[in-house]
Amino acid sequence: MPNYSAIYQQKQHPPPTGRRLALMRRTSRLHLPPTPARPGQVPDFGYLHLSAAGAVLRPEVNARAGEIGFLASELVRVLDDAHEPQGPWHPHLDPEELQVGLRHMLLTRIFDERMQRTQRAGKISFYMRSLGEEAVSVAQCMALRPGDMLFPSYRNQGLHITRGMPLVDMMCQLLSNTRDMCKGRQLPVLYHSAAARLFTISGNLATQFPQAVGWAMAAAIKGEDHLAASWIGEGASAEADFHHALLFAAVYQAPVILNVVNNQWAISTFQGYAGGEQRSFAARGPGYGIAGIRVDGNDFLAVYAVTQWAAERARTGAGPTLIELVTYRAAAHSTSDDPSRYRAKDDYLHWPLGDPIERLKQHLIKHGGWTEERHRALTAELDALVAASWKEAVTHGTLGDGPRLDPDLMFEDVFKEMPPHLERQREAMRAERDANSWRK
Amino acid sequence: MAQMNMTQALNSAMDVMLGRDPSVVLMGEDIGYFGGVFRVTEGLQRKYGEHRVLDTPIAEGGIVAAAIGMAVNGLRPVAEIQFADYIYPGFDQIASELARLRYRSAGDFFAPVTIRTPCGGGIRGGQTHSQSPEGIFTHVCGIKVVIPSTPFDAKGLLIASIEDDDPVVFFEPKRLYNGPFDGDSAKPAVPWSTHPQGEVPEGHYTVPLGKAKIVRAGGDLTIISYGTMVHVAAAAAAAHGIDAEIIDLRSLVPLDAQTICSSVKKTGRCVIVHEATRFSGFGAEILSIVQEECFWDLLAPIQRVAGWDTPYPHAFEWEYFPSQARVGAALQLAMEPA
Repeated sequence: MPNYSAIYQQKQHPPPTGRRLALMRRTSRLHLPPTPARPGQVPDFGYLHLSAAGAVLRPEVNARAGEIGFLASELVRVLDDAHEPQGPWHPHLDPEELQVGLRHMLLTRIFDERMQRTQRAGKISFYMRSLGEEAVSVAQCMALRPGDMLFPSYRNQGLHITRGMPLVDMMCQLLSNTRDMCKGRQLPVLYHSAAARLFTISGNLATQFPQAVGWAMAAAIKGEDHLAASWIGEGASAEADFHHALLFAAVYQAPVILNVVNNQWAISTFQGYAGGEQRSFAARGPGYGIAGIRVDGNDFLAVYAVTQWAAERARTGAGPTLIELVTYRAAAHSTSDDPSRYRAKDDYLHWPLGDPIERLKQHLIKHGGWTEERHRALTAELDALVAASWKEAVTHGTLGDGPRLDPDLMFEDVFKEMPPHLERQREAMRAERDANSWRK
Repeated sequence: MAQMNMTQALNSAMDVMLGRDPSVVLMGEDIGYFGGVFRVTEGLQRKYGEHRVLDTPIAEGGIVAAAIGMAVNGLRPVAEIQFADYIYPGFDQIASELARLRYRSAGDFFAPVTIRTPCGGGIRGGQTHSQSPEGIFTHVCGIKVVIPSTPFDAKGLLIASIEDDDPVVFFEPKRLYNGPFDGDSAKPAVPWSTHPQGEVPEGHYTVPLGKAKIVRAGGDLTIISYGTMVHVAAAAAAAHGIDAEIIDLRSLVPLDAQTICSSVKKTGRCVIVHEATRFSGFGAEILSIVQEECFWDLLAPIQRVAGWDTPYPHAFEWEYFPSQARVGAALQLAMEPA
């Protein structure tokens, strides 16, 4: 018989004190993932495994996940340092199509800059830029079909722009004004469009990832050709929902593309704290038995090619794909964040994968009939478009003045039909709003 | 005594406990190098090291579960969930595990975990940065639920929570971090330095869990509240010239029913005020207790003031937030002659 009373005496370890504490401090074997540069230091991105442009093989789209594990540790790149396309992943897009991509990326950036300024001027309550990550949303969206359902994160405004959501609509959402598609219920940037197949953005992290898998399972059940795609940051991949998504995608071989946007930072914590230090995020795909592929997220051509490959896999029944897009969050997490408190100021200048817009622009100057002059003209045109859109958006109201949504809307859409207790509360609110008659 | 706002008082509580109890560790998203998105843990990693103030992955279920394991192995973790709105992925670990370890192991295992989390609205946070989910946790058997309304109480209650051998979910009304708030968003912000409860001792002290505070003695009626709404309710009573006895519960579990009932028996009138939604809210529990214990002393129906039963809407923050006017209307109803 084991001595149970002795076992029970060990049940709750006493806290360390005195000598034991000193020992604990000296000998703690807890590993703490390193951060490349805190304020005042020079960033060292030497931890990044970079394959040469063109160096990674392109397997057949129906290759079995177990046979293409190398894709999860290599880095698919097409554009080399001289902006020349290299290797088997070159998607051979027409220059006109690439110019469309450049336009969407540039528009996303100009829109972001302008909306950041309006937040600083107090016109909107909050904003999040996607600076440096524009190729992710724009190239991926262009590689998909209009019938495919997109489940974005909060830094995917390039999807909305590429799918043609009018800037005025986006701005009205940011303003929570009378033309806000969310009727004033959501924080800025949490857009949606049922018509454009852009799912409502949660505000909580990673929740959309397994939902996208469910959507794709339904498409398979219904025998439809559509696929689903979803995006999360590498930080959010720590949530259990990420793992639910991979598991369900693997079990049902759902036609889904799961994208981890590894922009290296989750507010102040580095990607090592999300588990990126020992293995790539893409490597979690093979761990579940689905294809995982790591791609240069700042290389428009590579992002397009990899997404196209994954889409074809999904559509031909070859299963789901986990794509890790290696990029960099060049801006603050949000307008509530101040990255100078936790990272080096000029860190983005040290980022080895460059700027996605600049890289595509230089490629097009070499091979797509693009010129600095045309680029300047496009910039001016998009500046004017954003300015004109803003002018129109504010006519529908701003946070501070102009027309305002009816607060009655607060009580609608909690349920399809309003239950009696909400009707009573709506009456009470109306009474409150009449300052002199809040007491019936 | 030092002047502290609520974030500084909470920081001081953890500073004191890290300094005097080597088993105390802090953990949470962005709490280490950065000092937390609300700066509540600022400077603590620098002072106590990366092995006692841990940055964690974004995984609330993982944070709570790891804190349980650490606590079972002799540490006393204080885990931060960045917003109360983000706590749900950790809910299974809190409700099914943390709350029941002691019970299911007949006392052989327990986990002295404190979970700190900012709650409440008034900062234009929309539906995912404004919630008051305390009632979800008071309904779970085996966890204590605490919510301060002043810097002094925040520090004393947090130290008491960390020292408590039972798990505590510690809600921090984020609208009160930098100053008391009476519900009038148009008025300029008032700092805690102008408030007597902004005076906070530097060292160790506790405010016991399970003991309500009579913020203001009065004879007309009893207001029962906690968190941000203590200040709103006090302002509403003053504006209506009502001599209210105002009770700040401070801890919801355990609940100081005695202080509540002796006050209601004295005044005969009762208004319950919280920011959380009304339906199945914690106010219903208080109301039931008052009805059971004080029925024959009541001179008027008990009133409840709460947030509307909708998600927290970004554009209608001040139509949603329980205003002085909403509290005032309830006070007047409660004051109607018997």
